[in-house]
Amino acid sequence: MAYVRLSKVPAIDTALKLSGVAVVMFAFVFVVMVPLYNVLCDVLGINGKTAGTAYTAVPVMIDESREVTVQFVAINNNEMPWGFAPDARVMRVHPGAANGTIFRATNPTNAPMVAQAIPSISPSRAAAYFHKTECFCFEQQGLAGLATADMPLQFIVDQDLPRDIHTITLSYTLFDVTASVTDQVVAR
Amino acid sequence: MGDHHHGPAAGVTRWLFTTNHKDIGTMYLWFSFAMFLLGGFFAMVIRAELFQPGMQLVEPAFFNQMTTLHGLVMVFGAIMPSFVGLANWLIPMMIGAPDMALPRMNNWSFWILPPAFLMLASTLFMEGGAPAFGWTFYAPLSTTYAPPSVTFFIFAIHILGVSSIMGSINIIATVMNMRAPGMTYMKMPMFVWTWLITAFLLVAVMPVLAGAVTMMLMDIHFGTSFFSAAGGGDPVLFQHIFWFFGHPEVYIIILPAFGVVSQIIPAFSRKPLFGYASMVYATASIAFLSFVVWAHHMYTVGMPVAGELFFMYATMLIAVPTGVKVFNWISTMWRGSLSFETPMLFSIGFLVLFTLGGFTGLMLSIAPADFQYHDTYFVVAHFHYVMVAGAVFSMTAAVYYWLPKWCGRMYSESMGKIHFWISFIGFNITFFPQHFVGLAGMPRRIPDYALQFADFNMMSSIGAFIYGASQLLFLYNVIATIVSGERVSDEKVWDGAEGLEWTVPTPAPYHTFEEPPLVSKPAGTF
Repeated sequence: MAYVRLSKVPAIDTALKLSGVAVVMFAFVFVVMVPLYNVLCDVLGINGKTAGTAYTAVPVMIDESREVTVQFVAINNNEMPWGFAPDARVMRVHPGAANGTIFRATNPTNAPMVAQAIPSISPSRAAAYFHKTECFCFEQQGLAGLATADMPLQFIVDQDLPRDIHTITLSYTLFDVTASVTDQVVAR
Repeated sequence: MGDHHHGPAAGVTRWLFTTNHKDIGTMYLWFSFAMFLLGGFFAMVIRAELFQPGMQLVEPAFFNQMTTLHGLVMVFGAIMPSFVGLANWLIPMMIGAPDMALPRMNNWSFWILPPAFLMLASTLFMEGGAPAFGWTFYAPLSTTYAPPSVTFFIFAIHILGVSSIMGSINIIATVMNMRAPGMTYMKMPMFVWTWLITAFLLVAVMPVLAGAVTMMLMDIHFGTSFFSAAGGGDPVLFQHIFWFFGHPEVYIIILPAFGVVSQIIPAFSRKPLFGYASMVYATASIAFLSFVVWAHHMYTVGMPVAGELFFMYATMLIAVPTGVKVFNWISTMWRGSLSFETPMLFSIGFLVLFTLGGFTGLMLSIAPADFQYHDTYFVVAHFHYVMVAGAVFSMTAAVYYWLPKWCGRMYSESMGKIHFWISFIGFNITFFPQHFVGLAGMPRRIPDYALQFADFNMMSSIGAFIYGASQLLFLYNVIATIVSGERVSDEKVWDGAEGLEWTVPTPAPYHTFEEPPLVSKPAGTF
């Protein structure tokens, strides 16, 4: 090269380092942003996300001094044809006490289907205080054609629930995941 | 390395195989202008449909395809490549380098662009139509409910992302390694500074966009559930990833525009740029802050109050370095010996209208108020004030300013002035009323609207046709200049222009600075 320049660093070195930065940023999306988002949502209860696994009990103090209203909402996503409803729409519970209820699902089609329920808590501030010890939402639910099933839910409202929260709404949206489950079976 | 004084090759291979920064810059500029006309055509379809309430010309589904493609083509096809073209032409000449640092990669980063946009445009003719989910392509609209052509859209984004990353790596390597002796960092022209910082932003966030579309691809075809609630994912995650790219992206678009007006305003004020060092630091601060404000696009998704407050204050903070810049431009003009040639007119138009767009940006940054403005025409008005009156006006100013240097011929000043005034008036007729209909509650991205918005929408459409037509005048002026403009031979085409690019002969020869220039004066001094 005939020309003279200020920097003594070969341009290709700079370019290679920058390509490294680009590769790192691409990986950053997958290995940092996605897990970090999920962790933050779990920890902060953002979007009313509840924990995806069963809650293990701590020494319980049942708070008989107050009652909390728990409302249940069941929604079908998009064109999901199932009948899906809570057994009781409203329960009054004491914080700290173990409670149970069921949701009833009916598959009105002739074909077997698989569903996944996604929970959400409102107000989202209450999400961290609503513990599910057993939930049908922890796994996918399969139903044969024309079958009906009772799906259990066991929960404890934490005794540390802020006192200004009197009503908690737990909403389930039921998704039809038959196609993706079948895909996975075929893929195997 | 043999003969250093050969000219360009003949015929089409000159353009296919060229590694010359001026040739590649020219191709970028023409390509982006073609995309500007295509995106403008889509805008005309939108405004024609919105001329009157009710459905007149196109189907709602096609209308959605138009808004989507208009945004994508303008952002990725028109504005971004135009500034890359400008960088190719000017950065080597401004820092006294013979060419870009990696000329072959430069050729490649241009030539993968046309296929990408050909692929994107071809989706219009596919079954199910083109992407219709808006340029922000929020999941699940762009995954579960997307037309089959979304896969072509994803690959187009991948390719143009690779092109942008290669282009910006080239620019950084050129600026960091190719400067002539004496051209220290704080002597570099502002345009070089703003592009250096822009290129770093691009290298950091274009891979994030690539990641987002890759996740979409996997959700659609490979059974993952990044953005699908049914599989444990979350559509809101998409918005976070998109805007983590998307907010720096808006500064990627506007920072080179800042650089352009920082070159032009001093030239026609016949004064050095006021506060050069503060300009550099302000640009760097804006770039840094752009990484921590992304969620101000998503105030309504249900963030905790602490999050809303953080993003609100961080966003307002950006007004400080931006205010420094506006102050410096005005101070540069203060008591200057002003003249109002076309580049200066467009720069002043930029200054006035961009500041207006900045103010509406401040209004939108206020989280509690944003709940009313969100997804209304107020947002549309805001970002067209900063994108069109910001980026496009400054790009137009740049073409008028440097065109005589590039081709050795002077454009028609009277036609240029007419172009400016028609653009300025047409632009304001188009977008100023959109503030009002937005505040009154007209949502964006709809093909039909309530009757009370009819008059303002008709004004908007008339303005849009005027603004669109004025760009054809611009095209004519540029072609007429190249073909038969009055010849200029002064090295300094403008008496107030400063910088190394004005020390080479006019028109700029095919090869410049094979011998490094002598750099002694700091940037912008006389």
